[in-house]
Amino acid sequence: MALPQRRTDIGPPHFEQFLPPVIKKNYGKWKYHEVLTPGTMVHVAESGDKLWTVRVASPRLMSTDTIREHCDIAEKYCGGYLRYTTRNNAEFLVSDEKQLEPLKKDLTARGFKMGGIGYGITNVVHTQGWVHCHSAATDASGLVKAMMDELYDYFESKRLPNKVRLAVACCVNMCGAVHCSDIAVVAVHTKVPVVNHANFKNMCELPTVIGACPTRAISPDPANKSVKINADKCMYCGNCFTVCPPISIKDPERDGVAIVVGGKINSLRSNPKFSKLVIPYISNEPPRWPKAVAAIKHIVEVYAANARKHERLGEWIERIGWERFFSLTGIDFTFQSIDDFTFMRDTMRTASTFKW
Amino acid sequence: MKKYTTPLIDELEKGPWPSFVTEMKKAGKHNEMANDAVGHLEKCYRTKMGYWKHGGIVGVLGYGGGVIGRYSEIGDEFPGVAHFHTVRLNQPSGFFYTSKALKEICDIWDKYGSGLTNVHGSTGDLVLLGTKTDALETIFAEYSSRGWDLGSSGSALRTPSCCVGQGRCEWAMYDTMGLTYALTQEFQDEIHRPTFSYKFKIKSSGCACDCVASIARADMSIIGTWKGDIQIDQAEVKNYSSKMDIKAEIIDMCPTQCMSYDGKELKINNAECNRCMHCISKMTKALKPGKERGATICIGSKAPIVVGSLLSWVIIPFIKIEEPYTELKDLIRKIWDWWDENAKPRERIGEVIEMKGMRSFLEAIGVPPMPQQIREPRKDPFMFYTEDDIASYKAKEAEEKKTGKYKF
Ligand code: HEM
Ligand code: HEM
Ligand code: HEM
Ligand code: HEM
Ligand code: SF4
Ligand code: SF4
Ligand code: SF4
Ligand code: SF4
Repeated sequence: MALPQRRTDIGPPHFEQFLPPVIKKNYGKWKYHEVLTPGTMVHVAESGDKLWTVRVASPRLMSTDTIREHCDIAEKYCGGYLRYTTRNNAEFLVSDEKQLEPLKKDLTARGFKMGGIGYGITNVVHTQGWVHCHSAATDASGLVKAMMDELYDYFESKRLPNKVRLAVACCVNMCGAVHCSDIAVVAVHTKVPVVNHANFKNMCELPTVIGACPTRAISPDPANKSVKINADKCMYCGNCFTVCPPISIKDPERDGVAIVVGGKINSLRSNPKFSKLVIPYISNEPPRWPKAVAAIKHIVEVYAANARKHERLGEWIERIGWERFFSLTGIDFTFQSIDDFTFMRDTMRTASTFKW
Repeated sequence: MKKYTTPLIDELEKGPWPSFVTEMKKAGKHNEMANDAVGHLEKCYRTKMGYWKHGGIVGVLGYGGGVIGRYSEIGDEFPGVAHFHTVRLNQPSGFFYTSKALKEICDIWDKYGSGLTNVHGSTGDLVLLGTKTDALETIFAEYSSRGWDLGSSGSALRTPSCCVGQGRCEWAMYDTMGLTYALTQEFQDEIHRPTFSYKFKIKSSGCACDCVASIARADMSIIGTWKGDIQIDQAEVKNYSSKMDIKAEIIDMCPTQCMSYDGKELKINNAECNRCMHCISKMTKALKPGKERGATICIGSKAPIVVGSLLSWVIIPFIKIEEPYTELKDLIRKIWDWWDENAKPRERIGEVIEMKGMRSFLEAIGVPPMPQQIREPRKDPFMFYTEDDIASYKAKEAEEKKTGKYKF
C-alpha cells in the first residue's frame, strides 16, 4: 500500500473549520455568560444567540475509544462540534437548547462526570510520571486520580470561597507550571545520586555532565575516569541522570512528594503568585497516596472554613499571615520551608510585627 | 495477547473520577503496545519507580522535533513498550474540533500507535503516546497529507497556544485564536527545526484572567488589556444588587479602591483602575472593559530549573494586536536576535535578561524604560552610567538654566 504524500511545514488546520456556526456568527461579539450549574454554562451574544457548554471530566490520558465516544455524543447533540479545555476537560457545545437536557441525561447514563465550572475544583494540571517520563519521582496520573476521587464533591457540586487550582508535577522540572497553583504536589528525589563508574566512561560525556548540574556539585574523578558528587551541594534535581543514565537517582524508599500552596495565575485583585512550600516530604504510597491526599483535603477544608468570599487560597494566607496558616492547619514548620536557594533575602521577615 | 494481573493499579479504577487505568486497559484490549504499557505501569507501582530511559534522537526527515524518544529499560519484559515514542500533533487554536476530524486522528493512531493519547499535553499539543521508531515516517505522511502537522520539542519555538478568546468569551481583548494561528504559520521553520539556545514558548490569553497561565509558563506572555473607561450598565448593576453584596464583594475588594456605590449608582475612577478584572468578572452583565483594546507583552517566565522559577516581566504595557500582526512579529524576531547573540546553551530568555541586564534587552528591542515595567525601583546605588546618560542629564540641566524651570 502506497503511503500518501507527506507535506511539511503546513502548520495546524485553521481553527475556523472546527467552530460551530453559532460561534462563527458571533465570534468576538459575546455579551455575557452565566454559570447554570457546575457543569453547564451559557454564553449570550450581542445578537441574542446563545451557546450552551457542558463540561465533563477527563483523565487526560485517554484511549481513542473514549475520544470516539466524545465524538459520537457531539454528533448526536452538538452537530459534531466539541472542544477541550486547557485543563483537559471535554466540552460539548450546544446551540439548540432542546438538546441540552437530553445531552446531560445521556452523559449521566454513560457515566461521564459533569462539573468543574466556577468556585470549586476542576481538573488537575499534571504531567507524565511513570506512564511516560524518565525523570519521574512519582506517578502523576495516579495521584490525580486519588486526589480527585477524594475531592470529587467540589468538582460536581460543593462550592468554595473561590476556585482552588490543583496541579501535580512528577519531578522538580515541573512541566505544566505547577509553581503557581493554589495547591500543588511536586515529586522529589531526596538522595544524592550514585555514579556507576564502570559505565560512565562509555555512556557519558564529562563536560556535559558537569555542565548539567545547577549547583556545581559535580567534579571530575580522574582515578575512576568518571565524576564525583559533592553531597553538600547536591539538591537532587536529577539533571545529571537526564544526561547520563549511569548516574542513578531513583530510590523507591526515598522518592516522595512535597506540597506547595498559595499560588495564583490571574491578576484579579492581587498579582500572580508562586506557590510556597509547606509540607516538605511525604513518602510515595502508590496506588493511592493516602497521606498526600489527606493533606490536600485538609488544606482545602481549612481554607473553606476561614477564607472570605472571592479570596483565593494565597490571598487568604497573605491576609492572615503564613504563621497563622501554619497554626490553623496544624502543619509542622520545617527547615525546608525557609528558602536557602535563590529567594532567601526576599522571603525572611524583617519586622517584629508577626502574630503568635 | 498477554494478560497481566494488575492488583495495584486496579485500585485506581475505583471511585467517581474518570480512571486513566480504565483508559489504558480499554486501549490494551485491541492494542499490544497499550497492553504492555498496562503491565509496565503495574510494575512501576509495585517497585515504586519508573523504568523509562531518557530521549535519544528520533524523528521524521527534515524536522528536528515533534517526537519525543522514549525507551524502556525493561523492554525485554514488556516488548510493546521497548520503544514508546510520543508524537506531538499541533492542536488547532482553542482546542476546537469536529467529530469527523477527531475520528480521523484516532483511526490513524490506532493503526500505527498505542491508541493512547493526552488530550492535551501541557504545552497544548495533542499528544499521541507511544509508537515505534519505524512507524514515525508513515504516521507523519498519514497526518500531514490530511492537513495535520507535528508540534514542537527541543530547543525551538514550542507550539504556541491560547485561551478560547473571542470564540466564546466576552472578555477577550483581542483574537487569541487568530493570533496563535498566524504566529504558528509565520514561524513554521522555528517550530520544526530547533536552532535556539533553548525552548521558547508563546502563550496568548485574552484578558488578565489568563486562562492559559501564560504569565507563569511562557517566555512570551501576551495578555489582553484595554485603555479607557470600564463601560457600566447601571440597570444591570441594580439587578446584581439583589443577588450580591456589591459593597463587600466588589467595592471593598477592588485592589485600587477606585470604585464607589451609593445603592443607586456605581462609579469608577477609571484613572486609578489597574484593570485587574475582578469587578468585571463578577458582574459580567453590568460591566464591560474599555473600548481601546490590545495586549500587554510580558517576557521570561519559566519553571524552577535551574536557578528558580520566574514569572514573566512586563516589557510593553500596551500594544495593538491586529492583523497581520506585523509589529508583533517584528518584535518577536528582535527578541530572538538578542537572545541568540547573548545566550549560552540551555539558557531561557528570562535567565539571559537577568545575566545581561534588562537595559541591554530593552535597548536591543527598542523599548524605553517605563514605570509600568517595574513593581518598585532599585534599592541599591550600584548603577551604571554611560557617557551618553550623563551627557543627556547635563543637557537637561543646561536646558533648565535657559528656561529657569527644573525638569526632574
Ligand atoms: C478568577 C479568574 C478567572 C476567571 C474569572 C475565569 C473565567 C473564565 C471563564 C468565564 C471561562 C469561560 C470562557 C469560555 O471558555 O467561554 C474560563 C475558561 C477557562 N479558564 Fe478561566 N478564569 C479565571 C482564571 C483562570 C485561571 C487562573 C486558569 C488556569 C490556570 C483558568 C483556566 C481556564 C480554562 C482551562 C478554561 C477553559 C477555556 C480554555 O480551555 O481556554 N482560568 N475562565
Ligand atoms: C527545564 C525544565 C524541564 C524539563 C527538564 C522538562 C523535561 C521534560 C521531559 C523529559 C518531558 C518528556 C516526558 C515524556 O516522556 O513524555 C517533558 C514533557 C513535557 N513538558 Fe517538560 N520539562 C521542563 C519544563 C517544562 C515546563 C516549564 C513546561 C510547561 C510549562 C513543560 C511542558 C511539558 C509538556 C507539555 C510535556 C509533554 C507531556 C505532558 O504534557 O505532560 N516542561 N518535559
Ligand atoms: C546537556 C545535555 C542535556 C540536557 C541538560 C538535557 C535536558 C533535557 C531537557 C531539560 C529536556 C526537556 C525539554 C522539554 O521541555 O521538552 C530534554 C528533552 C529531551 N532530550 Fe535532552 N538533555 C540533554 C542532552 C540530550 C541528548 C544528548 C539527547 C539525545 C541524544 C537528548 C534528547 C532529548 C529528547 C529527545 C528530549 C525530548 C524532546 C523535547 O521535548 O525536548 N537530550 N532534555
Ligand atoms: C553606600 C552605602 C552607604 C554608605 C556609604 C552609608 C554611610 C553612612 C554614614 C557615613 C552614616 C553616618 C554615620 C554617622 O552618624 O556618623 C550613615 C548612617 C546611617 N545609615 Fe548609612 N550608608 C549607606 C547605606 C545605608 C543603607 C542602605 C541604609 C539602610 C537601609 C543605611 C542606614 C543608615 C542609618 C540608619 C544610619 C544612622 C542614621 C542616624 O542614626 O541618624 N545606610 N550611613
Ligand atoms: S515533571 Fe519531570 S517527571 Fe514529570 S513529565 Fe516533566 S520532566 Fe518528566
Ligand atoms: S542531582 Fe542535580 S544537583 Fe545533584 S548532582 Fe545531579 S545535577 Fe547536580
Ligand atoms: S483569559 Fe480572559 S479572555 Fe481568555 S478565556 Fe479566560 S477569561 Fe476569557
Ligand atoms: S478592574 Fe479591578 S481595579 Fe479596576 S475597578 Fe474593577 S476591581 Fe477595581
